[in-house]
Amino acid sequence: MYKYDSYDQAMVDARVAEFRDQTRRRLEGHLTEDQFRPLRLMNGLYLQLHAYMLRVAVPYGTLSSAQMRMLGDIADKYDRGYGHFTTRQNIQYNWIKLEDAPDILADLATVEMHAIQTSGNCIRNISSDQYAGAVADEIVDPRPYAELLRQWSSFHPEFLALPRKFKIAVIASETDRAAMRLHDIGIKLVRNAAGELGAAFYVGGGMGRTPMIAPLIREFVPLDQLITYSEACLRVYNRHGRRDNKYKARIKILVHELGKEEYTRQVEAEFAHLLNQDIEPPLAELARIKAQFVDPPFAAGLPDAVDRSDPDFALWVDRNTLAHKAPGYAVAVVSLKPVGGIPGDATADQIRLMADLAREYSFDELRVTHAQNIVFPHVRKADLHALWSKLEAAGLGTPNLDQIGDIIACPGLDYCSLANARSIPVAQKISERFAANGKQDAIGELKLKISGCINACGHHHAGHIGILGVDRKGTENYQLLLGGSEGADCSLGTITGPGFSEDGVVDAIEKATDLYLEQRQDGERFLDTFRRIGMAPFKDKIYG
Amino acid sequence: MKILTGNDLRSGAVVWWDGSGWSLHVAQAADVGHDGDVIAAREVAARAVVSPYVIDGEKVDGEVRPAHIKDRIRALGPTVRLDLSLKPADPAAGDWVI
Repeated sequence: MYKYDSYDQAMVDARVAEFRDQTRRRLEGHLTEDQFRPLRLMNGLYLQLHAYMLRVAVPYGTLSSAQMRMLGDIADKYDRGYGHFTTRQNIQYNWIKLEDAPDILADLATVEMHAIQTSGNCIRNISSDQYAGAVADEIVDPRPYAELLRQWSSFHPEFLALPRKFKIAVIASETDRAAMRLHDIGIKLVRNAAGELGAAFYVGGGMGRTPMIAPLIREFVPLDQLITYSEACLRVYNRHGRRDNKYKARIKILVHELGKEEYTRQVEAEFAHLLNQDIEPPLAELARIKAQFVDPPFAAGLPDAVDRSDPDFALWVDRNTLAHKAPGYAVAVVSLKPVGGIPGDATADQIRLMADLAREYSFDELRVTHAQNIVFPHVRKADLHALWSKLEAAGLGTPNLDQIGDIIACPGLDYCSLANARSIPVAQKISERFAANGKQDAIGELKLKISGCINACGHHHAGHIGILGVDRKGTENYQLLLGGSEGADCSLGTITGPGFSEDGVVDAIEKATDLYLEQRQDGERFLDTFRRIGMAPFKDKIYG
Repeated sequence: MKILTGNDLRSGAVVWWDGSGWSLHVAQAADVGHDGDVIAAREVAARAVVSPYVIDGEKVDGEVRPAHIKDRIRALGPTVRLDLSLKPADPAAGDWVI
């Protein structure tokens, strides 16, 4: 994985020193809150419902053991013993003291981490496929390109005050595991007819108040023009994006209002102009980055067989491991969704344990997924039982990946000052209901996502089943959506009808899944059945 | 009644104006009447509090509580981690916000 060079480290260290001084001036009264707020937000420090919240960047979701261990130590030293892994592949801490924030950033800098690009109207932390470099269906590891984009976007002087925040995802497979088309820019690495590597650009996607699926604006950008084309996309947005209306400021609105053709025309004109400016970093820099993402030294001749004599272990293998590109290895996923638990939360001890296990079993590497789980990307199949045993003993062995209990949920009104309703209690009730009624296994793959407000941090538009919490005259109310998908078959969910109480929405979901179990044909997922039979029978079942 | 809330500048903790200072406990919140904005401006200038705002409060069984659920959750703590709330020993504390 990527290691900082002296420039990276100097930039991060300088930022820590700068923020330490800014914090001192705030505490001493030399800066007002209005002056300080944008400075703290540039360092990931929000003021949330109960306290300051620090969001730490995990570029493209990749962590070393040392970084993961530091995240656990920070949870203990500065917070209340836990952290929350987010839908942007980051981690956030909910109980930070302002005067501790510079020390936390200094601790993070010792392991090549920071909180830059986790807030504000800049290019945010670049996200990617959590299985990058480990699975066989990718044409190339997308992370070097995400890292190149990270370096280009970090402190880019032209893009520090965009009309609105800006999110980029990079993938390199037909299977989209990063919700690529629901980003401001989605980049899919592809090969053209000549076998050359390039990038397809999808621009203008997003969730939130006005969800949009990004249209394809260019099928193939040569890789030695990746940054130049990205810059052209940003420049057109920066020039014309709505700064007068926060709710119309995202690039999806610009692309929609200009139309894909006109936006693309302007991007191509800007691209042609920029090609003459020679802004692309030298390919030697990309080569330097790529050299740090080489495969770990996989052993040859390892057995593929797994001893399945322990039924609990066998179930976890079936649910939570995936085929690896190297014979004898597997990708293992830790579900942070225990029955009745808080999606994405992990204690300091659990975080440190995962760090130790990654060192022992996964070449020192972990990934954070946008579904709020943790990945061990390279585990010998022969080691799976030992890994699972240690995870299980720490409450990290829940076998429910991509099932109805593997819920994405934003922090909601329990933590977030923007939220209108709580998300976590709904997730807990659904998880408990479907664990108790035994239907989870029968249902199979079902991606359920909950947001506590229209900002859609819980990706409710993209859930096979989505839930949106709203405030109905001071009372929490939950809208139900069906039919969304974040994958290559990307679609936006449709609202079923009138909303529900907290318990009512759980009942409604059970009715919807019961209908699916009655109606499904061979091999159909919930989403497939919904797409085949449509909304009407689901509405009849839910409201009838 | 009108009550004044904000966050402690240093710790970020949710605090309530009790008539002479800031309390962690909403039950001690004072009715600020029409004076909330004046008190807030003075306390911001003194760097005692950040982002203060006035909300509607109500008395239930003689105890002050915010009228809106969002501020009731602010007053209690996360309902899903009552161990971290201001009522860690009360397993039914979450019902207070409903």
